[in-house]
Amino acid sequence: MSETSRTRTIRTDYLARVEGEGAMFVKLDGREVSEVKLRLYEPPRFFEAFLRGRSFAEVPDITARICGICPVAYQISSARAMEDACGVRIDDGPIRDLRRLLYCGEWIESHSLHVYMLHAPDFLGYSSAIEMARDHREIVEQGLQMKKAGNALMTVIGGREVHPINVRVGGFYRVPAPAELRVLVDALERARETAVATVRWTSMLEFPDVEIEPEHVALVDPDGYPIDRGRIVSDHGLDIEPAEFDEHIVEEHVEHSTALHARLRRRGSYLTGPLARYSLASAAMRALARETAREAGLSAPCRNPFQSIVVRAVELVQATDEALALIDAYEQPDAAAVEVEPRRAVGHGATEAPRGMLYHRYEIDEDGTILDARIVPPTSQNQRAIEEDLRAVVQSSLDLSDEELTLRCEQAIRNHDPCISCSTHFLDLTVDRG
Amino acid sequence: MDAPGKRTLAVWKFASCDGCQLSVLDLEDELLSLADHLEIAYFIEASSATVEGPYDVSLVEGSITTLHDAERIRAVRESSGTLITIGACATAGGIQALRNFADVEEFSRVVYASPDYISTLTTSTPISAHVNVDFELNGCPINKRQLLEVISAHLNHRRPRVRAHSVCVECKRRGTVCVMVAQGTACLGPVTHAGCGAICPAYDRGCYGCYGPKETPNTASLDAWSGLEDQDLVRKYRTFNAGAEAFKRASEAHERN
Repeated sequence: MSETSRTRTIRTDYLARVEGEGAMFVKLDGREVSEVKLRLYEPPRFFEAFLRGRSFAEVPDITARICGICPVAYQISSARAMEDACGVRIDDGPIRDLRRLLYCGEWIESHSLHVYMLHAPDFLGYSSAIEMARDHREIVEQGLQMKKAGNALMTVIGGREVHPINVRVGGFYRVPAPAELRVLVDALERARETAVATVRWTSMLEFPDVEIEPEHVALVDPDGYPIDRGRIVSDHGLDIEPAEFDEHIVEEHVEHSTALHARLRRRGSYLTGPLARYSLASAAMRALARETAREAGLSAPCRNPFQSIVVRAVELVQATDEALALIDAYEQPDAAAVEVEPRRAVGHGATEAPRGMLYHRYEIDEDGTILDARIVPPTSQNQRAIEEDLRAVVQSSLDLSDEELTLRCEQAIRNHDPCISCSTHFLDLTVDRG
Repeated sequence: MDAPGKRTLAVWKFASCDGCQLSVLDLEDELLSLADHLEIAYFIEASSATVEGPYDVSLVEGSITTLHDAERIRAVRESSGTLITIGACATAGGIQALRNFADVEEFSRVVYASPDYISTLTTSTPISAHVNVDFELNGCPINKRQLLEVISAHLNHRRPRVRAHSVCVECKRRGTVCVMVAQGTACLGPVTHAGCGAICPAYDRGCYGCYGPKETPNTASLDAWSGLEDQDLVRKYRTFNAGAEAFKRASEAHERN
């Protein structure tokens, strides 16, 4: 039969509704997937190189510019790494709470963007949220208002939504008065209602029947759902401090990508992000998030990557509910930052960006000059797992037409909210069936 | 078509962090009505449907760092009626223009195990170094209110109201006490282009110049005032607008000292 010997190529040269520039390429020999490449061709920007020689105090401002969608993740990871190098710990108190609150703002903004503007159109058959709004204006407007609540939180604490200016090593330049935060409460309460409604409608979407079992890796924080700190833990027994990252995870440079690929030594690919966090830490969620997930029938672990849209919605409930609790408990500290004196040392920082774990390592000199910098973004950690996902999705969808299969592949990539700008340190989808 | 159809908008990305095009999606209250007035014809980050050019107006984010992108920007120019650059990367080369002061092969070896796989130019240059630009909007990131003003001015055939004076003027209008005079905090406000709304001084820190140089900046005078060492001044001017002419000259002057 010619069907078994035919070579099919499925490719997309410009992946849409992802952050940054990527493409995919899938080659099928008959009914076997012979090649899968997620190609990230975002031009390199060399952050780790030009950080050498800069001052340790400059990292929150500079590394924010790696990503316009998750600058706070870069700011908090880098600040924590520098504090670690200088022997300072900010693990409780109002400065840590404010950092977590700012980070909740970024989760709300980024997840609302992904769920409503990048991911939902796939399930409902639209090319964009703007097209979707012609038929479902109210839903899209609600999503945008939830996103706006996250941005408002970032603006009050951080000064602005993209590249906040108020994060420094040691804390903040200025801390808000309680009244400045209280004005956010109404919008956050509405956002929390929208988040609960989002869990309900996303859980009723139609999902392709796919089960994938990558090793899930996430931070685990004894104090709550992981955001701003924690040990690096997996569902296959990994349990390490961020300082041990290099002993367990290696990065490799492959020819088809300007992003480095990370893998676990002796084990291979792994997945970070909402699915991994939910698998490893759902028990640490706030009661409202757990209850909403239970009502929607979302079990943990969640092994269907297409259902990541539901997990993100549950994380939106978590982030809005936690933000409200943090505002309620907030007491303005006397000092906006703790003093951090540089010393010759190496420091590590790992936090949970909306799309997965982000790791920073810096070596600094006694006057605070950066000698070496290493930044491992979530998408370069996920790149192999996404390719493996893609392979499994294609293998289970062979009877689709080329057009349908291309769309399915693109959707399989968007399931993981890849951020190519960050990882270029991402992926070009070409389905090559010959 | 000359029929009274909607004008078309395209959004393009070159080397950047995506933050400036995200500002379009951050117009939560205006995005849908904007789409009622303009056809968003090409915007890969937001839509998988693309309409073929030409386009009435193009917003360009990012700087030129590869040969392929140097060719692509010429094609974008040819297919655009009005071309507007958004942000410090497109307008001045961005933070990646720090390579212009260094050895790129060395940079590549620091970040990548197999530098042979990497193809890049030795410089990061603004869009205006390659094609004619109709309007440049400063900022790292841009201010979404200014972006809306620029788009609205274009729709109404008028010049955008975007002032080129310094951040100092914005502090005065905001009623912020000068951090340099009152606290002795180093601040690039006097030489930096307005537009952000003078956020940093309102948060008790000095301006770090993310909107690039104002019109006719007097960097030498400010630097003499600042009390900073030359090496610190080099760093101050070499951030997100390191390639902007006035900041480039200032950093090179301090490097020679």
